[in-house]
Amino acid sequence: MTLSELPRNIPAVVVGVQDVSAGDPIAVRLRELGFVAGEPVRITAHGPAGREPLLVQIGYTRFALRRAEAARVSVKLAEAQA
Amino acid sequence: MSESAALRVALVGNPNCGKTALFNRLTGSRQKVANYAGVTVERKEGRFAAPSGRHIQVLDLPGAYSLAATSPDEAVTRDVCLGQFEGEARPDLLVCVVDATNLRLHLRFVLELQRLGLPMVLTLNMCDAAERRGIRIDVAKLQAGLGIPVVQTVAVRRNGAESLVQQLDSQMPLLPAPLPEGADLHAEVSRLLLSAVSVPERTARVDDAIDRVVLHPVFGLALLAVLMFMIFQAVFSWAAPLMDGIDVGAAWLGTAVGDAMPEGLLKSLIVDGIIAGLGGVIIFLPQIIILFLFILLLEESGYLPRAAFLLDRLMVGAGLTGRSFIPLLSSFACAIPGIMAARTIQDPRDRLATILVAPLMTCSARLPVYALLIAAFIPQQSVGVFNLQGLVLFALYAAGILSALLVAYVMKWTRRDHSEHSLLLELPSYRLPNPADIAIGLWERASIFLKRVGTIILALTIMLWFLSTFPAPPAGATGAAIDYSLAGQIGKWMQPLFDPIGFNWQICIALIPGLAAREVAVGALATVYALSSTEDDPSGSLIPIIADQWTLATALSLLAWYVYAPQCLATLATIRREGGGWRTVAIAAGYLFGLAYLASLITYQVTLALTAG
Repeated sequence: MTLSELPRNIPAVVVGVQDVSAGDPIAVRLRELGFVAGEPVRITAHGPAGREPLLVQIGYTRFALRRAEAARVSVKLAEAQA
Repeated sequence: MSESAALRVALVGNPNCGKTALFNRLTGSRQKVANYAGVTVERKEGRFAAPSGRHIQVLDLPGAYSLAATSPDEAVTRDVCLGQFEGEARPDLLVCVVDATNLRLHLRFVLELQRLGLPMVLTLNMCDAAERRGIRIDVAKLQAGLGIPVVQTVAVRRNGAESLVQQLDSQMPLLPAPLPEGADLHAEVSRLLLSAVSVPERTARVDDAIDRVVLHPVFGLALLAVLMFMIFQAVFSWAAPLMDGIDVGAAWLGTAVGDAMPEGLLKSLIVDGIIAGLGGVIIFLPQIIILFLFILLLEESGYLPRAAFLLDRLMVGAGLTGRSFIPLLSSFACAIPGIMAARTIQDPRDRLATILVAPLMTCSARLPVYALLIAAFIPQQSVGVFNLQGLVLFALYAAGILSALLVAYVMKWTRRDHSEHSLLLELPSYRLPNPADIAIGLWERASIFLKRVGTIILALTIMLWFLSTFPAPPAGATGAAIDYSLAGQIGKWMQPLFDPIGFNWQICIALIPGLAAREVAVGALATVYALSSTEDDPSGSLIPIIADQWTLATALSLLAWYVYAPQCLATLATIRREGGGWRTVAIAAGYLFGLAYLASLITYQVTLALTAG
């Protein structure tokens, strides 16, 4: 599933970032910001209107992403941890 | 010591790494703020002497996430680091500044910078915050892993940059060994972190707790509204005594200089032209300073990106971005700082849209005009619990905001480039603002504003004085001198154009000096109606005259005109500088004029039809 579909406060792991066009600058930037395979990721809040933007915790940083941006990031649920 | 002998270092790092605080700590007040040639990216440079007496020249480069630039700011950082920026010498040494609590993100950029072939020093900034959060960094291991000297700093603490100064004062570090081409920088960062850093928790608990309230869909928006309301109150009420003081001061200076000079053109130029004209603009300095005090406090504390987060969706709907919020907020004091604040918007399309609609926010220079017309034409009566005069004033503000949203919306549809706009906004940790950094920031804003007053606004003021003074009235003339001047002739020549919207020739003339600053139109009207503009309160004696001579339709039409009209040359000059050229100015002036004319036409004709019946 994609990051835009991930429910709030469910820990997940990044699988990868898809380019929507050749050399997609937004995808390039997302990878630079740390959206790379294996990174733990979590949605911690939504904006007040239309559940957008998403507040995403990646690494030690929080980023606000619009849905279209988050849709480029594919994630899988993190294995249950104690 | 000559310029060339100083060691040139550049501070490089991600946004929010505390780079500017470190820059302030190193250079104190010995800094110069200007723009990089040809782009509206702020260039900050300063210098200091190290204990050995060595002079060090420091350049504070714009924050960047990567050398693959996605904004004008990042492009400047990339080009300066590569030594490809025209007219900018390549730095001798890069000081890479990283937030010690955010190494996962910031170290990647450091590894990227290692490929540049410049000597580097890594500065672990905000070490106090890292310590409080139990983050342990093995500096020796990190230094060995990266192959460059690593120092620890706390930029907001006195002597917090000592270790960096000592490092810069010692031998030049060796060139770092870059990672091979195509190496996975993220994997390398992970390896470094694993060996040298231990982080008990990924985020600060206090940030999570504050964000739960601040970003809450209901409480967060309520808090934002309360904050904005308080800022508005402060901007208008705290500034009032200071503005009165400047007003009195300018009047006193005008009288004092006037008394000391012989009658004549030179006296008129200095007293009526320069002192009165510049006084009318400098009067906004208190409001600008108070507004920027709040903006800087919100920015330093980390709140501003949260406000952008809350408002992004609403602004996107109108064709703007969450980041447009601050520039538009600033424009309620004055469009000039508002347009300058649009620099923080990365997407050029969003930035242009924000700059173009900023003049629609009701700036405080329109208030004197609104106050005059409302006092003269709107009866002092209550409508339910409200006051009719207050309601009209509110409607004028609301008309500006709604029009801005509408204009931005239309622009969104007329743009040819429909590629996606990105947000990708980092929400940094909350921090207590450091008073010294706030003071330096305020000083910069104030001096930028004053510099502008001293250059472009001064030139325009003198030009307008010429227009309204020459040619002099013929001997035995009975009307006001301005009638006979070029401005007067232009006003009369303009009148047919403005006839359909109900403006008489007196209003047309007043619009011309009003170009310098909107509220000057009030004084100009007083002059045209042969009142002495040196009277204490020209608008006071003007109210009965215009109430008697103008129709309600004309008054409402002029109010509508002022919601839109682009008659502020200083704003247009700022748009040219910030928006990149005359084309943008032409678009802004053209659409504002068109809207003003249309709104006035509708207002005038509808009111005429209603009042005739």
